[in-house]
Amino acid sequence: MLQIRYVWEWPVRLTHWFNVISIIVLSVTGYYIGNPSLSVPQTESFVMGWMRVVHYGFAYLFTVSVIVRVLWMFCGNKHASWRAFLPWASREGWGHIIGTFTYYTFLRKKPPYVVGHNALAAMAYSLVFVLFAVQVVSGFALYGQYDPNGLWASLTAPFLSVFGNQALRLTHHMIMWLVIGFAIHHVYSAWLMDVKEKNGTLSSIFGGYKFIDPKDL
Amino acid sequence: MAHEEKQMQDGVIPEEILQRWETRGVSRRDFMKFCSVMTATLALPVTMMGKIAEAVEGDNRPPVIWMEFQGCTGDSEAFLRANQPTATELILDYLSIDYHETIMAAAGHQAEAAKRQTMEKYKGKYIAIVEGAIPAAEDGVYCTVAGNSALNIAREVCGNAAATIAVGSCASFGGVPAAAPNPTGAISVSEAVPGATVMNLPGCPLNATNLTAAIVHFLTFGRLPATDSLGRPKFAYGKRIHDNCERRAHFDAGQYAEAFGDAGHRQGWCLYKLGCKGPETFHNCPTVRYNEGTSWPVQSGHGCIGCSEPQFWDTMSPFYKRLPNVPGFGVEATADKIGLGIAAATAVAFGAHGVASALRKGDDMESDQVSKED
Ligand code: HEM
Ligand code: HEM
Ligand code: SF4
Repeated sequence: MLQIRYVWEWPVRLTHWFNVISIIVLSVTGYYIGNPSLSVPQTESFVMGWMRVVHYGFAYLFTVSVIVRVLWMFCGNKHASWRAFLPWASREGWGHIIGTFTYYTFLRKKPPYVVGHNALAAMAYSLVFVLFAVQVVSGFALYGQYDPNGLWASLTAPFLSVFGNQALRLTHHMIMWLVIGFAIHHVYSAWLMDVKEKNGTLSSIFGGYKFIDPKDL
Repeated sequence: MAHEEKQMQDGVIPEEILQRWETRGVSRRDFMKFCSVMTATLALPVTMMGKIAEAVEGDNRPPVIWMEFQGCTGDSEAFLRANQPTATELILDYLSIDYHETIMAAAGHQAEAAKRQTMEKYKGKYIAIVEGAIPAAEDGVYCTVAGNSALNIAREVCGNAAATIAVGSCASFGGVPAAAPNPTGAISVSEAVPGATVMNLPGCPLNATNLTAAIVHFLTFGRLPATDSLGRPKFAYGKRIHDNCERRAHFDAGQYAEAFGDAGHRQGWCLYKLGCKGPETFHNCPTVRYNEGTSWPVQSGHGCIGCSEPQFWDTMSPFYKRLPNVPGFGVEATADKIGLGIAAATAVAFGAHGVASALRKGDDMESDQVSKED
C-alpha cells in the first residue's frame, strides 16, 4: 500500500522557492550589470540604477534564505539534515550513488528507492550550496566597496586581499552560469524521477508530500 | 600674538606669512590657493588653513632623500610639474631635498657623500622617498646605484628615516617591473624594508598634489596621515573612482560608449563597456585631477585602467574589457560565451538523455499500482 509521507517541511519548501525566485531575478539583473545592452536615450533614466537596486535587494533575500536553509539542516527532519547532503559519508550512501549513476547511464534497470534526495542529486546540492556561499561572499565583497570603512568591506576584506577584486568579479559572473547549468539539469532530473518513480517528486517541493510504498524500501 | 592665534583658528592666514611669501616671489593669491587646496585634499576643516600656512613656513623642514630604482622617473616628472602655486618652488625650496638623482646638481662621489651626510646628521629625522620597485632576485643585482644594490640602499636609507613615502605603483606594490613573470623579482618598498614606516602613494604616476599634501600633513602634525590596510593615506584613496566620477549619471542611466569615437563616446557617456576599471579602483583622481587640476583619464575619454591598485598590470588587464580572461581559454572566449556554452551543453546532454529515457521501458517503479483511467 502506498503511504503519504511528509518529507519536505515548510522551511525547506519556502527557502527552495525563495532561492529559485531570487536566482532568476539575480541572474537577469546580474547579466545586465555585466553586459548592459539596452538602449537608453534619456540621461534622466535610471536603468542600471534600478538593476543594481533590485540585484542588491534580492541579494539580501537570497542570503537570508540560504542561511535559514543551512540552519534548518541542524533542526529539521532527517531528509533536511546536513547528513542527507553527504551520501559519500556512509556505506549505504555509496550504494545509492553507484545505483543512481548506473541507472542514469542505462546500465541498471531501476533507480534505488529512496524517500529523500536521490544520492546524485544530494551530491549536486552540496556543490550548489558551496556555489551559493561563494556567490554571497564575492557579491558582498563587490558590494562593500562603495564604503571601504563599512561593515561589508571589513567582513569581506580577507577575501578581497587573497583573491583580488577582478578575480572575485569574474568568479561571481561565472558562477551564475554554473548555477544556470545546474538548474537545467535539476529541473530535468526532477521531471525524470517524477515520471519514473511515480512518487510525486515534483509536487513534493510544493506540498511536501511523497507517496512511498514501504515494502519497496 | 593672541590676535594672530585667533586669526589662525578662523582659518585666516596671518599677513606676515603672506608678505614673506610675496618677497620670495609667490603671490598671496597663489599661496592662499595652495593652502586651501591642501586643506581640501586632506579633508581638513577650513579652520586648519592658518596652521598649515604656519607649518610650511616654519624652519623645521625635514631633509628629504629621494631614491629612484626600477621605475621610469614618471613620479619625479609628475612632481616637477606640480602646479599648486609653484609647489616646485615651495617644496623644492622649503623641503630640503638633499638627494634626488634626476634634479640634483651634484654627481658621483659628491652626491653619495651628500646623502651619507644627511643620513648621519639627521638620523631618524629625514624623510625617505622611494620611486620604483626593488629587484630582489639574485641579491638585487638588477638595480645598483654607486655599486650598491637597490635592496641594500633601501634598507639602509629607509631603515633610518623618520618616515618613508613610496611614490608611484612600482614602489608601493611592485607595479610594472613586478608584473608576471617578474624576471627581476621586483618587490615593493614595504616588502623590501619590512620594519620601516612606509606610506604608499600608488598611481602611475602618483598624483603630485597627494604627495605635497602628505608632506604638508607631516609638517603640520609631525606625522604622516592615517592610512588604510594597504598603507595608502585615506584622504586620497578612501573612495572609489566610480563613486566620484563625473560620468556616473550616465552609468546609472544605462548610457555607455560602445566604441571609441562613437556617438555615445562623443556625448561623454560612461566608459564601463570600454573596460573602465573605475568601479574597482580607489583614488581621488576625479576630485583632484592631474596637471593643474585640468583633467584625468576618464574626463579625457579613456577608461580608468586601475593603475593605482596592487598588481594592476596583471589583474586589471585586458584594459579594454570589463572582466579578465577566463584562465585556460583563449582571449576571444569571454566569460559569457563560455557560460552560454556550459548552459547549452547541459541542455543538449539532458535533452538527449530525456529522449532516451522517454523511450526506455521497464524502469518504472510502482507499475503494479498504476491503473488506467477511462
Ligand atoms: C545566485 C546569485 C547571484 C547571481 C546569479 C549573481 C549574478 C551577478 C552577475 C552576473 C553580475 C555581473 C558581474 C560582472 O560581470 O561584473 C553580478 C554583479 C554583482 N552582484 Fe551578483 N549575483 C548573485 C548574488 C549576489 C549577492 C548575494 C550579492 C551580494 C550583495 C551580489 C552582489 C553583486 C554586486 C555588488 C555586483 C557588482 C555590481 C556592480 O559592479 O555595479 N550578487 N551579479
Ligand atoms: C535555480 C533554480 C533551482 C535551484 C537552485 C534549486 C535547488 C534545489 C535544492 C538545493 C534542492 C534540495 C532541497 C533541499 O533539501 O533544500 C532542491 C530540491 C528540489 N527542487 Fe529545486 N531548485 C531550483 C529550481 C527548481 C524548479 C524550477 C523545480 C520544479 C519545477 C524544482 C524542483 C525541485 C524538487 C522536486 C526538489 C526535491 C527533489 C529531491 O531532492 O528529491 N527545483 N532544489
Ligand atoms: S566612466 Fe568608469 S568610473 Fe566613470 S561612471 Fe563609468 S565606469 Fe564608473
